[in-house]
Amino acid sequence: MKNKGTLKRILKYAKPYRSSLVFAMIFALLYVVLNLTAPVLVGYAIDNILDKNNVHFNDVAMLLLMVGVTVLACAVFQWLMGLCINTVSYGTVRDMRRDIFRKFNTVPLKYIDGHPHGDLISRIINDVDAVGDGLLQGITQLFSGLVMILCTLGFMLFINPYIAIVVVIITPLSMFVAGFITKLSQNQFKKQSKTQGEISAYIEEYIGQQKVVKAFGYEERSQEDFEEINARLLECGKKAQFYSSLANPSTRFVNGIVTAAVCTVGSVSAIQGTLSVGQISMFITYANQYTKPFNEVTGVIPQLQSALAGAARAFALLDEEDQLPDSEKAVELTDCKGKIDIDKVKFSYVPEKPLITNFNLHVKQGQKIAIVGPTGCGKTTLINLLMRFYDVNSGDIKIDGTSIYEIKRNSLRSLYGMVLQESWLYNASIRDNIAYGKPDATLDEVKKAAKDAFIDHFIERLPEKYDTIITEEGANLSQGQRQLMCIARVMLCDPPMLILDEATSSIDTRTEIKIQQAFNKMMEGRTSFIVAHRLSTIKEADVILVMKDGNIIEQGNHSELMKKNGFYSTLYNSQFSAS
Amino acid sequence: MFRLRRFLKNYKLQLTVGPVCKLIEAIFELFIPLITADIIDTGVKNNDVGYVLRQGGFMVLLGALGLSFALVCQKSASIASQGFGTEVRNAMFRHINTFSHAELDKIGTPSLITRMTNDINQLQLAVAMLIRLVIRAPFLVIGAVIMAMSIDMKMSLIFLAASPLIALVLFLIMSKSVPFFKKIQKKLDTVSLISRENLSGNRVIRAFSKQDSEQSRLEEQNNELAQTAVAVGRISALLNPLTYVIAQGAIIAIVWFGARFVYNGDLTQGEIIALVNYMTQILLAMIVVSNLVVIFTKASASASRVNEVFDTVPSVRESNSAEIRTDEKAPSVEFENVSFGYADNGYALKNISFTLEKGETVGIIGGTGSGKSTLVNLIPRFYDTSEGKVFVDGANVKDYPFKQLRGKMGIVPQAAMLFAGTIKSNMLWGNKNASLDDIDKALKIAQAYGFVYDNPEGLERPVTAGGKNLSGGQKQRLTIARALVSQPEILILDDSASALDFATDAALRKSLKEETKNMTVIMVSQRVGTVRYADKIIVLDKGELVGIGKHNDLFNSCSVYKEICLSQLKAEEVLNK
Repeated sequence: MKNKGTLKRILKYAKPYRSSLVFAMIFALLYVVLNLTAPVLVGYAIDNILDKNNVHFNDVAMLLLMVGVTVLACAVFQWLMGLCINTVSYGTVRDMRRDIFRKFNTVPLKYIDGHPHGDLISRIINDVDAVGDGLLQGITQLFSGLVMILCTLGFMLFINPYIAIVVVIITPLSMFVAGFITKLSQNQFKKQSKTQGEISAYIEEYIGQQKVVKAFGYEERSQEDFEEINARLLECGKKAQFYSSLANPSTRFVNGIVTAAVCTVGSVSAIQGTLSVGQISMFITYANQYTKPFNEVTGVIPQLQSALAGAARAFALLDEEDQLPDSEKAVELTDCKGKIDIDKVKFSYVPEKPLITNFNLHVKQGQKIAIVGPTGCGKTTLINLLMRFYDVNSGDIKIDGTSIYEIKRNSLRSLYGMVLQESWLYNASIRDNIAYGKPDATLDEVKKAAKDAFIDHFIERLPEKYDTIITEEGANLSQGQRQLMCIARVMLCDPPMLILDEATSSIDTRTEIKIQQAFNKMMEGRTSFIVAHRLSTIKEADVILVMKDGNIIEQGNHSELMKKNGFYSTLYNSQFSAS
Repeated sequence: MFRLRRFLKNYKLQLTVGPVCKLIEAIFELFIPLITADIIDTGVKNNDVGYVLRQGGFMVLLGALGLSFALVCQKSASIASQGFGTEVRNAMFRHINTFSHAELDKIGTPSLITRMTNDINQLQLAVAMLIRLVIRAPFLVIGAVIMAMSIDMKMSLIFLAASPLIALVLFLIMSKSVPFFKKIQKKLDTVSLISRENLSGNRVIRAFSKQDSEQSRLEEQNNELAQTAVAVGRISALLNPLTYVIAQGAIIAIVWFGARFVYNGDLTQGEIIALVNYMTQILLAMIVVSNLVVIFTKASASASRVNEVFDTVPSVRESNSAEIRTDEKAPSVEFENVSFGYADNGYALKNISFTLEKGETVGIIGGTGSGKSTLVNLIPRFYDTSEGKVFVDGANVKDYPFKQLRGKMGIVPQAAMLFAGTIKSNMLWGNKNASLDDIDKALKIAQAYGFVYDNPEGLERPVTAGGKNLSGGQKQRLTIARALVSQPEILILDDSASALDFATDAALRKSLKEETKNMTVIMVSQRVGTVRYADKIIVLDKGELVGIGKHNDLFNSCSVYKEICLSQLKAEEVLNK
């Protein structure tokens, strides 16, 4: 039943290509009928070749001409059918990929954080491919097979209904065998698809982190782990393949039984005088013709199954709940002043482990907020909440008096310029990367931002300058350079508020001073949150939030907090104790 | 494609038994028409119902035998093809493990993933089909041609003309579509790359509200992928109709010339029927062959992508796998006139020489791009020097087996990355036999003991891929602990305290100093606070060594170092007391 639902959804995906699908069916019908006609015409032609000196050349020529026309027409329809099926299946594949990809950017971040990326990539690549292959091969053969069965059934009923009934009675056996095999292999295909996802995730993780693997000489052990998963894939792969390949010989066996039955029953009838010998041979031909498509149909089953298994995984991803859509009343916040009120916020990633229990903070326009505290104290979480990557469990966050839950997400996020801990760049030119938030920026603007981020000298030294393509994940840049690029990216956007998440940690201090100056200039009049561990940043902050275990335990400026002689002063003093 | 056959050598049995069984099944199938003829000629003619039933039973028996042979064939096919795929995957993973970073960057992780899954799947399918169909189809074709010859040599000329023509069509279509299949796989790689970027950069994309432009970036590639697929589909779709037309043309010729032969008395009507049937048989076999052609074309495109990986030679190679003897008294690490340049990018390091004694704590400081990370990457031989030599314990790093060299070191990389498993499984990376005490000690030094055991699950706490369920600081401390578990002789911290707050950073340095007396500790950092109490500080500027010594001395003698200090500390804090 579940399969039926999956199949229905695949068909729904094919809907935009309905006309191609309908044409494919029409062409298939014509192709099958003409394909069945040609041998009949050839047969008639042979009937006109009787004996030595007894050949009706005119009739033979006429019939052969008809055969020629039929064959050409048949070939053309088969070709057209192929084209239509191509359009349907590749179009469907494209649409599924498009939608799955869109899903990546609409599911809550929690989903992305919680699933191995390799597995998600396997869905958009391998599983969708399986759907395409299954559709391409499946629909054509399934349909032309069915037409073939119906046509021959008609012929047989026409010649002798009784023996036709014998054939029809045995046919369900074929169906039963096919059904049984389908069931058997279905589970294995599911397992195979799942293990395939697992192995992709493993490759993703270990090849992606080769440096660590090398550093620890972990190659051998990762090879062992890999081979273990691979061995499991082998087991279910073997079973899936074997079970599904049973279909073909099994139905061939059933066919054999059908032929034997027709032959025996027919011969007995002939002995009793109710059938002619010629009719027996005709029947055997048609019984063969009738059962052959069953072969083809069952041959398609493995493809259809892996298509179904792949589709099920793809649909499971598509069925993930999207993040709550922006409420209808949600507004675009223009002219943001940068006043932020956080009231009684409660939040946790997992319900059973409360993280932030009661968080209050009131930030005036243009204030600089430094967040300090031991690692894991909830600094990154605070950013997740401010940017609405995650939603609070209760409580509210307001910007200029408007709850962030009543602001459109894109509008809210555009208010912040963010430089994250892990500097993300994508596979495009340096110019495109810097202009990521403002694609219409001129080259001069990009250059200016690069200059402000002190990365212009480095870029100018590259042979392709601003057109240099950044390779995968920015591997041809150092960590510091990547981070400077991210800073330039934010500088170009000139947002009203800033979030800096340990951003300056990989940049050397000499450059950092200059960046600090640029930032200070940019921060003038702008509300800024800085997850920081540099004293200069912290000392200049208007408010220092000292966080521990998800809560703010101290709040105030540097001198106030030092006077308090609490957690902060311990932290501060530890920096200068000799080690 | 044929180069990959080495992975089939364990499956010789299946590769022989499978096709043979298939052949036997095919022969049984050929018997069926003979038996039907016999039933009619003998049974019906003599009105012998018993004979009819016996022969009918015999047909079922043959069918059952055929079935069992077919099952053996399918079983062989599934064992050989899946086994083949598994071995290729294992070998590929092993080969990738020998790559240095240069090769990994060149091919790219997403592409490696598609090659290891998608491409190898195509090859598996090809192997299965090789066993199941490749023997059967030509057997039927050749059998049919021979039968035709035995009927009439002149008429068999038609067969001899039609068969190569069909083969030519197969060849042309195959050679036209191979480049397209390669292009499709390449596009698929791009789609995979964009997907990966969108997953890893999800926060940034949402922060910049770039969902729509990312979507259109994907759709552009995705549409091109679909277009290429349709284009190749257009070519492949010609295959069946063309072969069909050729075969049917041959049938027309058979009937037409046959008619003349019959008229002249050289041929009978029945023989024409037989010839037509054999031609039909050839056509049916050719349809199977054409499907095989598509499968093998795809497989050959995949094979060349797989071979490309196998052909990539790692740039850093182990010269020797036997452990070498080292000098106990030699300095821990020594650089002798070392220069290093990444491919055509000028020098990243120029003529660096220094010596680090055993047990020393060394700080390496310098600006972005000054070559700090490059320098420490040369010690475990992640890259080879362009000029000069690096010695560890008195022996050139190039003479070490990787395992011995890297086994001496604990390395904490810049980007803190953990692996899916538990905290414990991550701690056992360097030494899988480490005791619980070793782990606890390492966790304590790395300042991670507290947060690990504050959690009720302790060491058994699950870690997701990349360590995404932990904070940046937690990950970083765990990566430090991971490096310490195996009690390395040399500990390399590549700017790896950057996500730590200064209290944790200070506590870490303090315990490192106290607990690791005999360990050579190399700390790359940009914070003066981290390196100021080191036994030796190396100052790098634009790839050159501009100062080496202790904090107070360097402050007075090295202008670059002085500048760095003054940018981070107040004047009264600058000098060590």
